[in-house]
Amino acid sequence: MLKVALDAVVTAHEVLGPGVKKLVVLAKQIAQTAVPGQFVQLKIKDGEPLLRRPLSIASVDAAAGTVDLIYRVVGKGTQVLADVEKNAVVNCLGPLGKGFDLSCKSPLLVGGGMGIAPLLFLAERLETKPSILMGGRNQSEMFWTTLYKGKVKEIFVTTDDGSVGTKGFTVSLLPELLASGAYDRVVVCGPEIMMKAAAAIAATYQIPCQVSLEKHMACGLGACLSCTCESKDGKKRKKVCQDGPVFWAQEVF
Amino acid sequence: MEKEVSLAVDLAGLSLKTPVMTASGTFGFGEEFADFVDLNKIGAIVVKGTTLKPRSGNPGVRIAETPSGMLNCIGLENPGVDAFLTDILPRISKYDAPIIVNISGSSVEEYGVLARMLDVPGVAAIELNVSCPNVKEGGIVFGTDPKSAAAVVREAKKNTKKPVIIKLSPNVTDITVMAKAVEEAGADMISLINTLIGMAIDVKSWRPVLGNVSGGLSGPAVKPVALRLVWQVAQVVKIPIIGMGGIMTAEDAIEFLLAGASAVAVGTANFVNPSAAQDVADGIEAYLKERNLTDVKELVGQLKLK
Repeated sequence: MLKVALDAVVTAHEVLGPGVKKLVVLAKQIAQTAVPGQFVQLKIKDGEPLLRRPLSIASVDAAAGTVDLIYRVVGKGTQVLADVEKNAVVNCLGPLGKGFDLSCKSPLLVGGGMGIAPLLFLAERLETKPSILMGGRNQSEMFWTTLYKGKVKEIFVTTDDGSVGTKGFTVSLLPELLASGAYDRVVVCGPEIMMKAAAAIAATYQIPCQVSLEKHMACGLGACLSCTCESKDGKKRKKVCQDGPVFWAQEVF
Repeated sequence: MEKEVSLAVDLAGLSLKTPVMTASGTFGFGEEFADFVDLNKIGAIVVKGTTLKPRSGNPGVRIAETPSGMLNCIGLENPGVDAFLTDILPRISKYDAPIIVNISGSSVEEYGVLARMLDVPGVAAIELNVSCPNVKEGGIVFGTDPKSAAAVVREAKKNTKKPVIIKLSPNVTDITVMAKAVEEAGADMISLINTLIGMAIDVKSWRPVLGNVSGGLSGPAVKPVALRLVWQVAQVVKIPIIGMGGIMTAEDAIEFLLAGASAVAVGTANFVNPSAAQDVADGIEAYLKERNLTDVKELVGQLKLK
Protein backbone atom coordinates (compact mmCIF):
# COMPACT_ATOMS: atom_id res chain seq x y z
CA MET A 1 0.00 0.00 0.00
CA LEU A 2 1.31 3.38 -0.99
CA LYS A 3 2.22 5.78 1.77
CA VAL A 4 1.70 9.46 1.13
CA ALA A 5 2.66 12.74 2.76
CA LEU A 6 -0.02 15.27 2.05
CA ASP A 7 -1.14 18.67 3.23
CA ALA A 8 -4.41 18.10 5.05
CA VAL A 9 -6.93 20.74 6.01
CA VAL A 10 -8.26 20.54 9.56
CA THR A 11 -12.02 20.25 9.21
CA ALA A 12 -12.82 19.97 12.91
CA HIS A 13 -10.94 20.11 16.20
CA GLU A 14 -12.90 19.59 19.39
CA VAL A 15 -12.42 18.81 23.04
CA LEU A 16 -13.66 15.36 24.04
CA GLY A 17 -12.58 15.21 27.63
CA PRO A 18 -10.00 16.55 30.06
CA GLY A 19 -6.87 17.15 27.96
CA VAL A 20 -8.24 14.99 25.14
CA LYS A 21 -9.09 16.33 21.71
CA LYS A 22 -10.30 15.02 18.39
CA LEU A 23 -8.68 16.37 15.25
CA VAL A 24 -10.37 15.70 11.92
CA VAL A 25 -8.28 16.18 8.78
CA LEU A 26 -9.16 16.00 5.12
CA ALA A 27 -6.72 13.38 3.81
CA LYS A 28 -8.60 11.48 1.15
CA GLN A 29 -5.92 8.99 0.10
CA ILE A 30 -5.24 8.04 3.69
CA ALA A 31 -8.93 7.83 4.59
CA GLN A 32 -9.54 5.48 1.68
CA THR A 33 -6.64 3.10 2.24
CA ALA A 34 -6.07 3.03 6.01
CA VAL A 35 -6.98 -0.05 8.02
CA PRO A 36 -7.65 -0.24 11.78
CA GLY A 37 -4.49 -0.17 13.87
CA GLN A 38 -2.54 2.00 11.47
CA PHE A 39 -1.32 5.47 12.35
CA VAL A 40 -0.24 8.73 10.75
CA GLN A 41 2.72 11.02 11.42
CA LEU A 42 1.72 14.67 11.66
CA LYS A 43 4.01 17.57 10.88
CA ILE A 44 2.02 20.14 12.78
CA LYS A 45 3.54 23.26 11.25
CA ASP A 46 6.76 24.65 9.81
CA GLY A 47 9.50 25.04 12.37
CA GLU A 48 8.91 23.72 15.86
CA PRO A 49 8.19 21.05 16.77
CA LEU A 50 10.71 19.73 14.28
CA LEU A 51 9.70 16.10 14.25
CA ARG A 52 6.38 14.61 13.27
CA ARG A 53 4.10 13.22 15.95
CA PRO A 54 2.60 9.75 15.57
CA LEU A 55 -1.16 9.53 16.15
CA SER A 56 -3.32 6.44 15.82
CA ILE A 57 -6.30 6.57 13.50
CA ALA A 58 -9.54 6.58 15.52
CA SER A 59 -11.89 6.53 12.55
CA VAL A 60 -12.11 7.37 8.87
CA ASP A 61 -14.86 8.55 6.60
CA ALA A 62 -13.80 7.18 3.23
CA ALA A 63 -16.60 9.00 1.37
CA ALA A 64 -15.84 12.37 2.93
CA GLY A 65 -12.11 11.65 2.83
CA THR A 66 -11.58 12.53 6.47
CA VAL A 67 -9.45 10.93 9.16
CA ASP A 68 -10.21 11.25 12.90
CA LEU A 69 -7.26 11.46 15.27
CA ILE A 70 -7.87 11.45 19.02
CA TYR A 71 -5.00 12.45 21.27
CA ARG A 72 -4.16 13.57 24.76
CA VAL A 73 -2.04 16.66 25.35
CA VAL A 74 1.05 15.17 26.97
CA GLY A 75 4.02 17.24 25.83
CA LYS A 76 5.27 20.09 23.70
CA GLY A 77 4.21 18.55 20.40
CA THR A 78 0.65 17.77 21.38
CA GLN A 79 0.39 21.18 23.06
CA VAL A 80 1.21 22.87 19.76
CA LEU A 81 -1.22 20.53 18.03
CA ALA A 82 -3.95 21.40 20.52
CA ASP A 83 -3.72 25.04 19.41
CA VAL A 84 -4.19 24.26 15.71
CA GLU A 85 -7.37 25.86 14.45
CA LYS A 86 -10.02 24.68 12.05
CA ASN A 87 -9.03 25.25 8.39
CA ALA A 88 -5.33 25.19 9.25
CA VAL A 89 -3.16 22.81 7.23
CA VAL A 90 -1.08 20.02 8.73
CA ASN A 91 1.12 17.59 6.83
CA CYS A 92 -0.14 14.07 7.23
CA LEU A 93 2.11 11.08 6.47
CA GLY A 94 0.43 7.71 6.25
CA PRO A 95 -1.12 5.29 6.49
CA LEU A 96 1.72 3.72 8.47
CA GLY A 97 2.30 0.36 10.08
CA LYS A 98 0.41 -2.91 10.14
CA GLY A 99 -3.11 -3.07 11.50
CA PHE A 100 -5.24 -5.51 13.47
CA ASP A 101 -6.14 -8.98 12.25
CA LEU A 102 -9.84 -8.94 11.39
CA SER A 103 -10.42 -12.70 11.18
CA CYS A 104 -12.33 -13.18 14.40
CA LYS A 105 -16.00 -13.81 15.13
CA SER A 106 -16.44 -12.60 18.65
CA PRO A 107 -13.68 -10.29 19.80
CA LEU A 108 -13.31 -8.50 23.09
CA LEU A 109 -11.53 -5.18 22.76
CA VAL A 110 -9.65 -4.01 25.82
CA GLY A 111 -8.61 -0.38 25.98
CA GLY A 112 -6.92 1.78 28.57
CA GLY A 113 -6.54 5.55 28.33
CA MET A 114 -5.70 6.75 24.82
CA GLY A 115 -5.44 3.12 23.75
CA ILE A 116 -9.21 3.21 23.40
CA ALA A 117 -8.86 5.45 20.31
CA PRO A 118 -7.57 2.99 17.65
CA LEU A 119 -10.00 0.33 18.89
CA LEU A 120 -12.85 2.57 17.74
CA PHE A 121 -11.72 2.25 14.11
CA LEU A 122 -11.43 -1.50 14.67
CA ALA A 123 -14.96 -1.72 16.09
CA GLU A 124 -16.25 0.09 13.00
CA ARG A 125 -14.54 -2.29 10.60
CA LEU A 126 -15.08 -5.69 12.23
CA GLU A 127 -17.71 -7.82 10.50
CA THR A 128 -19.46 -8.65 13.73
CA LYS A 129 -19.84 -6.10 16.48
CA PRO A 130 -17.27 -6.62 19.22
CA SER A 131 -17.62 -5.88 22.90
CA ILE A 132 -15.27 -3.53 24.67
CA LEU A 133 -13.77 -3.38 28.12
CA MET A 134 -12.42 0.08 28.78
CA GLY A 135 -10.73 1.66 31.73
CA GLY A 136 -9.78 5.10 32.96
CA ARG A 137 -9.14 7.08 36.09
CA ASN A 138 -12.63 8.45 36.65
CA GLN A 139 -15.94 9.31 35.08
CA SER A 140 -14.63 12.40 33.29
CA GLU A 141 -12.33 10.16 31.23
CA MET A 142 -15.16 7.91 30.17
CA PHE A 143 -16.51 10.13 27.37
CA TRP A 144 -15.52 7.17 25.22
CA THR A 145 -18.77 5.34 25.94
CA THR A 146 -20.63 7.94 23.84
CA LEU A 147 -18.25 7.45 20.91
CA TYR A 148 -18.69 3.68 21.04
CA LYS A 149 -22.49 3.75 21.27
CA GLY A 150 -24.02 1.63 18.51
CA LYS A 151 -20.63 0.30 17.41
CA VAL A 152 -20.28 -2.44 20.01
CA LYS A 153 -22.46 -5.13 21.57
CA GLU A 154 -21.55 -4.43 25.15
CA ILE A 155 -19.45 -1.87 26.97
CA PHE A 156 -17.76 -2.82 30.24
CA VAL A 157 -16.23 0.07 32.15
CA THR A 158 -13.75 0.18 34.99
CA THR A 159 -12.49 3.29 36.74
CA ASP A 160 -9.74 3.66 39.30
CA ASP A 161 -12.07 5.50 41.69
CA GLY A 162 -15.27 3.59 40.90
CA SER A 163 -17.06 6.80 39.85
CA VAL A 164 -18.50 4.86 36.92
CA GLY A 165 -18.52 1.15 36.15
CA THR A 166 -16.56 -1.35 38.20
CA LYS A 167 -13.94 0.04 40.58
CA GLY A 168 -10.48 -1.25 39.73
CA PHE A 169 -8.17 -1.79 36.81
CA THR A 170 -9.29 -2.85 33.37
CA VAL A 171 -7.57 -6.19 33.66
CA SER A 172 -9.24 -7.04 36.97
CA LEU A 173 -12.52 -7.52 35.09
CA LEU A 174 -10.93 -9.48 32.25
CA PRO A 175 -10.73 -13.00 33.75
CA GLU A 176 -14.46 -13.25 34.41
CA LEU A 177 -15.32 -11.92 30.94
CA LEU A 178 -13.02 -14.43 29.26
CA ALA A 179 -14.20 -17.26 31.54
CA SER A 180 -17.67 -16.87 30.03
CA GLY A 181 -16.32 -18.40 26.81
CA ALA A 182 -18.01 -15.68 24.76
CA TYR A 183 -14.84 -14.42 23.06
CA ASP A 184 -12.49 -15.85 20.45
CA ARG A 185 -10.08 -12.91 20.34
CA VAL A 186 -8.68 -10.31 22.70
CA VAL A 187 -7.36 -7.05 21.26
CA VAL A 188 -5.58 -4.79 23.72
CA CYS A 189 -4.35 -1.24 23.43
CA GLY A 190 -3.19 0.82 26.38
CA PRO A 191 -0.28 1.21 28.77
CA GLU A 192 2.32 -1.53 28.30
CA ILE A 193 1.88 -2.87 31.83
CA MET A 194 -1.84 -3.31 31.17
CA MET A 195 -1.27 -4.96 27.78
CA LYS A 196 1.19 -7.42 29.30
CA ALA A 197 -1.25 -8.34 32.06
CA ALA A 198 -4.14 -8.68 29.60
CA ALA A 199 -2.05 -10.81 27.26
CA ALA A 200 -1.12 -13.13 30.13
CA ILE A 201 -4.78 -13.52 31.10
CA ALA A 202 -5.78 -14.18 27.47
CA ALA A 203 -3.06 -16.83 27.28
CA THR A 204 -4.42 -18.68 30.32
CA TYR A 205 -7.80 -18.89 28.56
CA GLN A 206 -6.01 -19.83 25.32
CA ILE A 207 -7.57 -16.94 23.44
CA PRO A 208 -5.43 -15.37 20.68
CA CYS A 209 -4.44 -11.86 21.66
CA GLN A 210 -3.22 -8.85 19.71
CA VAL A 211 -1.58 -5.82 21.26
CA SER A 212 -0.73 -2.39 19.86
CA LEU A 213 2.56 -0.90 21.04
CA GLU A 214 3.49 2.74 21.43
CA LYS A 215 7.08 4.02 21.26
CA HIS A 216 8.90 7.27 20.65
CA MET A 217 9.66 7.45 16.94
CA ALA A 218 11.14 9.89 14.46
CA CYS A 219 10.45 8.71 10.91
CA GLY A 220 7.60 6.21 11.19
CA LEU A 221 8.98 4.51 8.09
CA GLY A 222 11.37 1.95 9.55
CA ALA A 223 14.53 3.94 9.00
CA CYS A 224 15.53 5.69 12.21
CA LEU A 225 15.28 2.60 14.46
CA SER A 226 14.11 4.68 17.41
CA CYS A 227 11.14 2.42 18.04
CA THR A 228 12.49 -1.10 17.73
CA CYS A 229 11.64 -3.66 20.38
CA GLU A 230 12.80 -7.12 21.31
CA SER A 231 10.92 -9.94 19.68
CA LYS A 232 10.22 -13.24 21.32
CA ASP A 233 10.70 -15.24 18.13
CA GLY A 234 14.44 -15.34 18.57
CA LYS A 235 16.64 -13.11 16.51
CA LYS A 236 15.21 -10.20 14.61
CA ARG A 237 14.13 -7.10 16.48
CA LYS A 238 10.78 -5.65 15.50
CA LYS A 239 10.16 -2.13 14.29
CA VAL A 240 7.06 -0.86 16.04
CA CYS A 241 6.40 1.60 13.18
CA GLN A 242 6.70 -0.93 10.38
CA ASP A 243 6.30 -4.49 11.71
CA GLY A 244 3.69 -3.15 14.17
CA PRO A 245 2.32 -1.24 15.94
CA VAL A 246 -0.01 -4.26 16.13
CA PHE A 247 1.58 -7.56 17.11
CA TRP A 248 0.39 -10.92 18.30
CA ALA A 249 1.07 -10.80 22.03
CA GLN A 250 3.48 -13.73 21.94
CA GLU A 251 5.65 -11.94 19.35
CA VAL A 252 6.61 -9.17 21.75
CA PHE A 253 5.67 -10.14 25.33
CA MET B 1 15.50 29.14 -24.12
CA GLU B 2 16.31 27.82 -20.68
CA LYS B 3 19.83 26.52 -20.27
CA GLU B 4 20.47 22.93 -19.22
CA VAL B 5 21.71 22.70 -15.68
CA SER B 6 24.12 20.00 -14.54
CA LEU B 7 23.86 18.67 -11.01
CA ALA B 8 26.23 15.77 -11.61
CA VAL B 9 29.39 15.57 -9.52
CA ASP B 10 32.38 13.28 -9.61
CA LEU B 11 33.94 12.60 -6.24
CA ALA B 12 37.24 10.73 -6.44
CA GLY B 13 35.84 8.47 -9.15
CA LEU B 14 32.40 8.21 -7.58
CA SER B 15 29.86 9.63 -10.04
CA LEU B 16 26.67 11.05 -8.60
CA LYS B 17 23.65 12.31 -10.56
CA THR B 18 23.09 15.00 -7.96
CA PRO B 19 25.28 16.29 -5.14
CA VAL B 20 22.63 15.30 -2.58
CA MET B 21 23.10 12.04 -0.75
CA THR B 22 21.38 10.68 2.35
CA ALA B 23 23.18 10.56 5.68
CA SER B 24 23.82 7.19 7.28
CA GLY B 25 21.25 6.16 9.85
CA THR B 26 18.57 8.51 8.57
CA PHE B 27 17.50 6.72 5.42
CA GLY B 28 17.49 3.05 6.43
CA PHE B 29 18.57 1.06 3.39
CA GLY B 30 16.78 3.42 1.02
CA GLU B 31 13.85 1.17 0.24
CA GLU B 32 11.92 2.54 3.26
CA PHE B 33 11.64 5.79 1.29
CA ALA B 34 10.71 4.31 -2.10
CA ASP B 35 7.21 5.82 -1.92
CA PHE B 36 8.65 9.31 -1.55
CA VAL B 37 11.86 9.64 -3.55
CA ASP B 38 12.96 8.16 -6.85
CA LEU B 39 15.86 5.98 -5.75
CA ASN B 40 17.14 6.03 -9.30
CA LYS B 41 17.62 9.77 -9.21
CA ILE B 42 19.11 10.71 -5.86
CA GLY B 43 22.84 11.31 -5.48
CA ALA B 44 23.64 8.28 -3.35
CA ILE B 45 22.17 6.16 -0.62
CA VAL B 46 24.40 5.91 2.43
CA VAL B 47 23.07 2.95 4.37
CA LYS B 48 22.73 2.46 8.11
CA GLY B 49 26.01 1.89 9.97
CA THR B 50 27.03 -1.73 9.47
CA THR B 51 29.12 -3.79 11.85
CA LEU B 52 30.76 -7.22 11.62
CA LYS B 53 28.20 -8.86 13.91
CA PRO B 54 24.52 -7.93 14.22
CA ARG B 55 23.83 -5.36 16.94
CA SER B 56 20.56 -4.80 18.79
CA GLY B 57 21.37 -1.23 19.81
CA ASN B 58 20.78 0.57 23.09
CA PRO B 59 17.92 -0.13 25.52
CA GLY B 60 15.46 2.52 26.69
CA VAL B 61 14.33 5.71 25.01
CA ARG B 62 16.39 6.33 21.89
CA ILE B 63 15.28 9.74 20.68
CA ALA B 64 14.35 13.07 22.15
CA GLU B 65 13.38 16.25 20.40
CA THR B 66 15.36 19.32 21.47
CA PRO B 67 15.13 22.92 20.25
CA SER B 68 15.54 22.80 16.45
CA GLY B 69 17.00 19.35 16.63
CA MET B 70 16.94 15.88 18.04
CA LEU B 71 19.10 13.63 20.14
CA ASN B 72 19.48 9.96 19.33
CA CYS B 73 21.19 7.06 20.99
CA ILE B 74 20.19 4.22 18.68
CA GLY B 75 23.47 2.45 19.33
CA LEU B 76 24.22 1.14 15.84
CA GLU B 77 21.39 -1.34 15.64
CA ASN B 78 22.01 -3.22 12.40
CA PRO B 79 21.72 -6.74 10.99
CA GLY B 80 25.46 -7.21 10.54
CA VAL B 81 27.54 -7.28 7.37
CA ASP B 82 26.63 -10.87 6.39
CA ALA B 83 22.90 -10.12 6.41
CA PHE B 84 23.57 -6.88 4.57
CA LEU B 85 25.44 -8.69 1.81
CA THR B 86 23.05 -11.62 1.42
CA ASP B 87 19.62 -10.10 2.14
CA ILE B 88 19.76 -6.36 1.69
CA LEU B 89 22.32 -5.49 -0.97
CA PRO B 90 20.71 -7.68 -3.68
CA ARG B 91 17.42 -5.96 -2.97
CA ILE B 92 18.68 -2.37 -3.11
CA SER B 93 21.31 -2.66 -5.82
CA LYS B 94 18.53 -2.65 -8.41
CA TYR B 95 18.26 1.11 -7.90
CA ASP B 96 20.50 3.42 -9.93
CA ALA B 97 21.65 5.40 -6.90
CA PRO B 98 25.14 4.42 -5.81
CA ILE B 99 25.12 2.51 -2.52
CA ILE B 100 27.64 3.72 0.03
CA VAL B 101 28.08 1.46 3.04
CA ASN B 102 28.86 3.09 6.36
CA ILE B 103 30.95 0.76 8.53
CA SER B 104 31.91 0.71 12.21
CA GLY B 105 34.62 -1.46 13.66
CA SER B 106 35.70 -2.21 17.19
CA SER B 107 39.36 -2.35 16.15
CA VAL B 108 41.52 -1.10 13.29
CA GLU B 109 41.63 -4.64 11.89
CA GLU B 110 37.86 -4.92 11.92
CA TYR B 111 37.56 -1.91 9.62
CA GLY B 112 39.85 -3.78 7.22
CA VAL B 113 37.77 -6.95 7.41
CA LEU B 114 34.58 -5.01 6.75
CA ALA B 115 36.15 -3.06 3.88
CA ARG B 116 37.28 -6.31 2.24
CA MET B 117 33.93 -8.01 2.69
CA LEU B 118 32.22 -5.02 1.08
CA ASP B 119 34.60 -4.83 -1.88
CA VAL B 120 31.88 -6.33 -4.05
CA PRO B 121 29.78 -5.26 -7.04
CA GLY B 122 26.82 -3.15 -5.98
CA VAL B 123 28.79 -1.23 -3.36
CA ALA B 124 29.97 2.11 -4.75
CA ALA B 125 32.07 3.29 -1.82
CA ILE B 126 32.52 2.81 1.88
CA GLU B 127 32.23 5.38 4.61
CA LEU B 128 34.26 4.83 7.74
CA ASN B 129 32.26 5.70 10.82
CA VAL B 130 34.88 6.75 13.34
CA SER B 131 32.52 9.08 15.10
CA CYS B 132 29.48 7.29 16.48
CA PRO B 133 29.01 8.80 19.93
CA ASN B 134 26.61 6.16 21.14
CA VAL B 135 28.54 2.94 21.54
CA LYS B 136 31.81 2.36 23.31
CA GLU B 137 33.31 0.55 20.37
CA GLY B 138 31.42 2.66 17.85
CA GLY B 139 34.49 4.29 16.59
CA ILE B 140 34.60 7.63 18.31
CA VAL B 141 37.91 6.63 19.87
CA PHE B 142 39.24 6.43 16.33
CA GLY B 143 37.56 9.68 15.41
CA THR B 144 39.09 11.86 18.07
CA ASP B 145 42.70 10.77 17.70
CA PRO B 146 44.44 11.66 14.41
CA LYS B 147 46.82 8.69 14.53
CA SER B 148 44.01 6.19 15.10
CA ALA B 149 41.86 7.75 12.39
CA ALA B 150 44.78 7.57 9.96
CA ALA B 151 45.37 3.93 10.88
CA VAL B 152 41.71 3.10 10.17
CA VAL B 153 41.94 4.78 6.76
CA ARG B 154 45.13 2.93 5.82
CA GLU B 155 43.64 -0.40 6.90
CA ALA B 156 40.49 0.21 4.86
CA LYS B 157 42.42 1.37 1.79
CA LYS B 158 44.58 -1.77 1.95
CA ASN B 159 41.47 -3.93 1.81
CA THR B 160 39.29 -2.33 -0.84
CA LYS B 161 39.49 -0.82 -4.29
CA LYS B 162 36.38 1.26 -3.63
CA PRO B 163 36.64 4.94 -2.77
CA VAL B 164 37.00 5.36 0.98
CA ILE B 165 35.17 8.17 2.76
CA ILE B 166 35.90 8.92 6.40
CA LYS B 167 33.19 10.56 8.47
CA LEU B 168 34.68 12.93 11.01
CA SER B 169 33.41 13.74 14.45
CA PRO B 170 32.76 17.35 15.43
CA ASN B 171 33.63 16.42 19.01
CA VAL B 172 37.31 17.38 18.66
CA THR B 173 39.38 20.40 19.57
CA ASP B 174 40.84 21.00 16.11
CA ILE B 175 39.11 19.42 13.12
CA THR B 176 41.90 20.45 10.74
CA VAL B 177 44.36 18.15 12.51
CA MET B 178 41.99 15.22 11.96
CA ALA B 179 41.32 16.19 8.34
CA LYS B 180 44.98 16.51 7.42
CA ALA B 181 45.81 13.20 9.11
CA VAL B 182 43.18 11.23 7.20
CA GLU B 183 44.03 12.88 3.88
CA GLU B 184 47.66 12.00 4.34
CA ALA B 185 46.67 8.42 5.20
CA GLY B 186 44.99 8.14 1.81
CA ALA B 187 41.32 8.87 2.42
CA ASP B 188 39.56 9.60 -0.87
CA MET B 189 36.95 11.84 0.72
CA ILE B 190 35.92 13.33 4.03
CA SER B 191 32.34 13.54 5.20
CA LEU B 192 31.36 15.72 8.13
CA ILE B 193 29.83 16.23 10.55
CA ASN B 194 28.62 13.30 12.59
CA THR B 195 26.41 14.29 15.53
CA LEU B 196 27.47 16.50 18.42
CA ILE B 197 27.25 14.85 21.80
CA GLY B 198 24.41 16.24 23.87
CA MET B 199 21.88 15.36 26.51
CA ALA B 200 18.44 16.22 27.85
CA ILE B 201 17.03 15.86 31.37
CA ASP B 202 13.42 15.28 32.42
CA VAL B 203 12.79 17.74 35.24
CA LYS B 204 9.75 15.80 36.44
CA SER B 205 11.68 12.62 37.12
CA TRP B 206 15.20 14.08 37.41
CA ARG B 207 16.31 11.42 34.97
CA PRO B 208 18.03 11.63 31.59
CA VAL B 209 15.51 11.56 28.75
CA LEU B 210 17.65 9.15 26.76
CA GLY B 211 18.20 5.57 27.84
CA ASN B 212 21.90 5.99 27.15
CA VAL B 213 22.08 9.28 29.14
CA SER B 214 23.72 11.19 26.30
CA GLY B 215 23.26 11.00 22.56
CA GLY B 216 24.03 12.57 19.22
CA LEU B 217 22.51 15.95 18.41
CA SER B 218 21.40 16.54 14.83
CA GLY B 219 19.04 18.77 12.90
CA PRO B 220 18.97 22.51 12.17
CA ALA B 221 20.46 23.25 15.61
CA VAL B 222 23.85 21.89 14.50
CA LYS B 223 23.98 23.50 11.06
CA PRO B 224 26.07 26.58 11.92
CA VAL B 225 28.62 24.37 13.68
CA ALA B 226 28.72 21.92 10.78
CA LEU B 227 29.12 24.69 8.25
CA ARG B 228 32.03 26.20 10.15
CA LEU B 229 33.75 22.80 10.40
CA VAL B 230 33.28 22.11 6.68
CA TRP B 231 34.70 25.50 5.86
CA GLN B 232 37.71 24.93 8.14
CA VAL B 233 38.40 21.51 6.61
CA ALA B 234 38.05 22.91 3.09
CA GLN B 235 40.94 25.29 3.84
CA VAL B 236 43.37 22.48 4.60
CA VAL B 237 42.57 19.47 2.36
CA LYS B 238 42.40 18.87 -1.39
CA ILE B 239 40.18 15.76 -1.28
CA PRO B 240 36.43 16.22 -1.80
CA ILE B 241 34.25 17.00 1.20
CA ILE B 242 30.71 15.76 1.73
CA GLY B 243 29.03 18.32 3.98
CA MET B 244 26.18 17.54 6.31
CA GLY B 245 24.59 18.68 9.53
CA GLY B 246 21.08 20.06 9.74
CA ILE B 247 20.42 20.46 6.03
CA MET B 248 16.66 20.85 5.60
CA THR B 249 16.42 22.91 2.42
CA ALA B 250 18.27 23.67 -0.80
CA GLU B 251 19.47 26.95 0.72
CA ASP B 252 21.08 25.03 3.57
CA ALA B 253 22.79 22.72 1.07
CA ILE B 254 24.02 25.66 -1.01
CA GLU B 255 25.67 27.14 2.08
CA PHE B 256 27.66 23.93 2.49
CA LEU B 257 28.66 23.94 -1.19
CA LEU B 258 29.81 27.55 -0.94
CA ALA B 259 31.79 26.66 2.18
CA GLY B 260 33.70 24.07 0.17
CA ALA B 261 31.71 20.84 0.17
CA SER B 262 31.57 19.09 -3.22
CA ALA B 263 28.44 17.20 -2.19
CA VAL B 264 26.06 17.20 0.73
CA ALA B 265 24.01 14.73 2.73
CA VAL B 266 20.51 15.14 4.09
CA GLY B 267 19.97 13.50 7.46
CA THR B 268 17.40 14.44 10.08
CA ALA B 269 15.38 16.16 7.33
CA ASN B 270 14.45 12.70 6.01
CA PHE B 271 12.49 12.10 9.21
CA VAL B 272 10.55 15.32 8.81
CA ASN B 273 10.09 15.31 5.05
CA PRO B 274 10.57 11.87 3.51
CA SER B 275 11.20 13.39 0.08
CA ALA B 276 13.86 15.80 1.41
CA ALA B 277 16.74 14.32 -0.63
CA GLN B 278 14.82 14.91 -3.85
CA ASP B 279 13.44 18.29 -2.79
CA VAL B 280 16.89 19.62 -1.87
CA ALA B 281 18.34 18.53 -5.23
CA ASP B 282 15.39 20.09 -7.09
CA GLY B 283 15.88 23.28 -5.11
CA ILE B 284 19.57 23.46 -6.00
CA GLU B 285 18.64 23.06 -9.66
CA ALA B 286 16.11 25.86 -9.41
CA TYR B 287 18.68 28.08 -7.66
CA LEU B 288 21.24 27.49 -10.41
CA LYS B 289 18.68 28.41 -13.07
CA GLU B 290 17.70 31.54 -11.20
CA ARG B 291 21.31 32.63 -10.94
CA ASN B 292 21.92 31.76 -14.57
CA LEU B 293 24.50 29.14 -13.64
CA THR B 294 24.82 25.86 -15.52
CA ASP B 295 26.79 23.60 -13.22
CA VAL B 296 26.56 22.94 -9.50
CA LYS B 297 30.36 22.78 -9.38
CA GLU B 298 30.35 26.55 -9.91
CA LEU B 299 29.21 26.90 -6.30
CA VAL B 300 31.78 24.72 -4.59
CA GLY B 301 34.11 26.68 -2.34
CA GLN B 302 33.01 30.03 -3.78
CA LEU B 303 32.49 31.72 -0.44
CA LYS B 304 33.49 35.37 -0.81
CA LEU B 305 35.42 36.68 2.13
CA LYS B 306 35.89 40.16 0.73
